[in-house]
Amino acid sequence: MTDSPLVQDFATDWDHSDPQWVADPYPIWDDLRQRCPVAHTERYGGGWFPATHAGVSEIAKDTDNFTSRTVVIGNGRPTELDLPAPIGVAPPITSDPPFHAIARRLILPAFAPGPINALEPMIRELCSKLLENMGDADVVNAGTQYAQYIPPGVIRGMLGFPEEDIELFLEFVHIILEGIDHPVEERIIEFEPIEKYFVAQMEDHLDNPRDDLTSYLLNVELDGQNLAMEHVFGTMILILVAGIDTTWSAVGSAIWHLAHHPDDLERLVNEPDLMPVAIEEFLRFYAPVTMARLVKHDMEYQGCPMKVDDWILLGFPAANRDPVAFKDADKFIIDRAENRHVAFGLGIHRCAGSNLARLEMRVALEEFIKRYPRFDLAEPEAVTWAPGQIRGPRNLPIRILH
Amino acid sequence: MGGPVKVRIDPEICQGQGRCFSIAPGIFDFDDLGNGVVIGDGTLTSDTLELARLAQSNCPEHAIFIEE
Repeated sequence: MTDSPLVQDFATDWDHSDPQWVADPYPIWDDLRQRCPVAHTERYGGGWFPATHAGVSEIAKDTDNFTSRTVVIGNGRPTELDLPAPIGVAPPITSDPPFHAIARRLILPAFAPGPINALEPMIRELCSKLLENMGDADVVNAGTQYAQYIPPGVIRGMLGFPEEDIELFLEFVHIILEGIDHPVEERIIEFEPIEKYFVAQMEDHLDNPRDDLTSYLLNVELDGQNLAMEHVFGTMILILVAGIDTTWSAVGSAIWHLAHHPDDLERLVNEPDLMPVAIEEFLRFYAPVTMARLVKHDMEYQGCPMKVDDWILLGFPAANRDPVAFKDADKFIIDRAENRHVAFGLGIHRCAGSNLARLEMRVALEEFIKRYPRFDLAEPEAVTWAPGQIRGPRNLPIRILH
Repeated sequence: MGGPVKVRIDPEICQGQGRCFSIAPGIFDFDDLGNGVVIGDGTLTSDTLELARLAQSNCPEHAIFIEE
């Protein structure tokens, strides 16, 4: 909300799009954790922000009192009959029990470690090509030249869409992510070329089935029947919406961290086996994703008078910094042994793409530090952070040290 | 008391966070949905107990139980 008044007190008037929150939310959350711990706002039609691990955990698991009908905060509220625009429901992320489990079971096998781990060579080749294109410049942009391109490249490959269509695919991704809060009518028009292209790809897959995610979704059965083409299309859009700026942000934040923590960079370069443990700490410390819920009915929660359709901003990144849940929560410890972070959420809506996100992060970082074992921030003050519910660096100029 | 130490995953609590089988692939595996499962009957030895405890202390859902 760029035209909204600046926040004076986040305890009574929080806004996750306020410039102060976007630039550095962590001191705000620390303060709220001590003072509230559930902050309130009248913005967006009213909402609450639990700042503690306990609060986030409790609400994430409480599907009786909180609904996932909409998971992205906006000014409007969907009614029971409205389907989130423009693709109808986006199951399972916008589903509650009992339907949630059915929708989730359809997609989980495609994102289980078996099929995901098989993608490693494809992801490595993609990262290595991007690095090759970045060449031997003194300054590279790890956001706009690298992190940004990895998830869409991977998903294009998973869907089995032609490699030569990558530019078109990136354009579609841009339309999907940028227009997320456009009015429904605009959204329908924006989606026409996307739907046309995706339907053509689906038809091609129906004629020539192959071992990819598109054929999987076209073949999977619900009650003995294949999914309708619209359902498959909706699922593909969900995968694009959920799988791109999230992982892009996670990769970018990790590179940003390494660029101004040379000790951590050196350890990763010298101890490649540390990478999986380091990735969990990157995920804890720089968790990119905050989800939303709606309050189902008037109720009191921790002394807060919650009203039906009030927003809940479910701050997994804030939970990850709660000193009650994590020892030295405000310290990045690259070899942290015990790390119950909740970057992928908790409960039945655990990120379905978590295995893929981890794999992309690992390969992207391995390839980056192999190509550039020493680097720092070219212009620390030029780094910009995405506003809203997905946090990560967008402009990320990196100086390569030779 | 004195019996074998065993590890189990409560399938009602597990959400497929994937930490156990990454940390201790000799003790845990994953099923077709990506949820964690214990390999064999879950009996731990003095060699594997510590690793099982490490996996337990990394499960965000608190779905892993070690019992004597």
